[in-house]
Amino acid sequence: MLELRAITAGYDRRAPAVRDASLTVAPGEAVGLLGPSGCGKSTLARVAALLHRPDAGTLLLDGTPVRRWRHRAPREKRTAFGVVFQQPRLSADPRLRLTDLIAEPLRATGRREAVPERVAELAGTVGLTPDLLTRRPHEVSDGQLQRACLARALVLRPRWLICDEMTAMLDASTTAALVAVVEDYRASTGAGLLAVGHDQTLLHRWCDRTVHWDTVTSAPTGAARPQPKRMSRP
Amino acid sequence: MTERPPVLSVRGLSVRFLLPGGRRIAAVTDAHFDVAPGECLALIGESGCGKSVLASALLGLLPANAQTAGRALLGDLDLLTADERTLARTVRGRRIGLVPQSPAAHLTPVRTIRSQLEETVAELRGVRGRAALREAAEQAAERAAFPPDHLDRHPHELSGGLAQRAATALALVGGAPLLLADEPTTGLDRDLVDRTVDELRRHVDADGDRALLMITHDLAAAERVADRVAVMYAGRIVELADAQAFFGAQGPRHPYSRGLLEALPDRAFTPIPGLPPELGDLPDGCAFAPRCERTTGACTTLPLLTGSVACHHPVPAVTSEDIRA
Repeated sequence: MLELRAITAGYDRRAPAVRDASLTVAPGEAVGLLGPSGCGKSTLARVAALLHRPDAGTLLLDGTPVRRWRHRAPREKRTAFGVVFQQPRLSADPRLRLTDLIAEPLRATGRREAVPERVAELAGTVGLTPDLLTRRPHEVSDGQLQRACLARALVLRPRWLICDEMTAMLDASTTAALVAVVEDYRASTGAGLLAVGHDQTLLHRWCDRTVHWDTVTSAPTGAARPQPKRMSRP
Repeated sequence: MTERPPVLSVRGLSVRFLLPGGRRIAAVTDAHFDVAPGECLALIGESGCGKSVLASALLGLLPANAQTAGRALLGDLDLLTADERTLARTVRGRRIGLVPQSPAAHLTPVRTIRSQLEETVAELRGVRGRAALREAAEQAAERAAFPPDHLDRHPHELSGGLAQRAATALALVGGAPLLLADEPTTGLDRDLVDRTVDELRRHVDADGDRALLMITHDLAAAERVADRVAVMYAGRIVELADAQAFFGAQGPRHPYSRGLLEALPDRAFTPIPGLPPELGDLPDGCAFAPRCERTTGACTTLPLLTGSVACHHPVPAVTSEDIRA
């Protein structure tokens, strides 16, 4: 169970981007969070993925309150989450070949020996051909890079997936392909999903349940200003 | 009524990038299309299919390793052979207004919207004097529905929608007959997408002499705004159709266009299998054949754009009797 209770978070304590937001995702459940641009939904997703420390409120992971965020969080909590961001160009290290991009979480957690097998397996899953794996981000299209970013998010077999506008930059066919990959992964592992977006048609089709930002938070929509997206890796 | 000449007439436009080691990337191949006054043509396709290269070619903004062939006529001027001086002084901003993909990156980050609008008004319309500039800039902002109380803000202080309007206001200042919008709605939410494309459409409808070429991968935006649709795949235009027929009961006729439309979440939501081919290594025959479920032996030869579709086995056109039946 992933429970966000009365979360207040932001980048300036005087003007939080998220006020008093509460949301629950059950194991195996797919929840879509809908909201307009700049409402603070990405910030809430970052809190849920342990990437942003909230100013107030509680995040419960399987009943245990989370006390540490980002690099201070214990490894088994951090690796329980796979995160896919909106802009693949900003969330991929431009120096890494796609194969190293996908393998990075394995190397960072001391599972180097699993790299050849897992990368090959995941490349097939997300539809990347072997010749694409040797390229760097500037040599592939947005769609191909986002496929690699999704493979990276799945490489540690996370129990939770956080997809923050994963398909906003993509064409219809690539969108459908990546959603199918996420759903196949969830069907085989029982992972839970928090999908954040503004496309109502897409989230209704994709998720078990969609909630609107207004029902999640007590603050009026539009109170927060859009924040610059920061690069971050799970 | 006499047929008015098209605003833009593209004939056999091809763009090749030469890479070290003798590799050639066929980014755009043999594109033919017209954009008429008062018309909106949407150019759609997957990312990396050559759409944005086509836009850069029209503006003379291709990198130095690009080679072009064919013609792109804007009135009497061939955009492909025009020199940089002509393009810079008479075309960009004056005869083609560019609505950019990412307004946040297109606007100057260290100057306010007012200062950028005033500079543009002075440069393109020759307005002089502080009071006159101020008034002209405010009028320009108003045309794109940019709120006057936000004029003194810097680009990073604007939401995505307002930044888009600021960029649109700049594109409209010169009164250019052709508006070229390169992915104007990427990353915007649905309400903002609708508002942005409606505004672009309004500027086309306003005087009837302007034309809009909108490059997008957002099919819903294309459906909302376009009169005609051009579908691009692997650098070639594979279908050129009336938007009503394309999105309506008739549907697209090229298997690729059908696949794209069926991938939408309010339709089948199934992806087209496989990936688009590499533009540096295109097959001799139909580039879509490896992903196509209707492939036949004929697909090893290149299909030409005949009528509205470049395919050896298009979905038959529905006649008006079929629709009524």
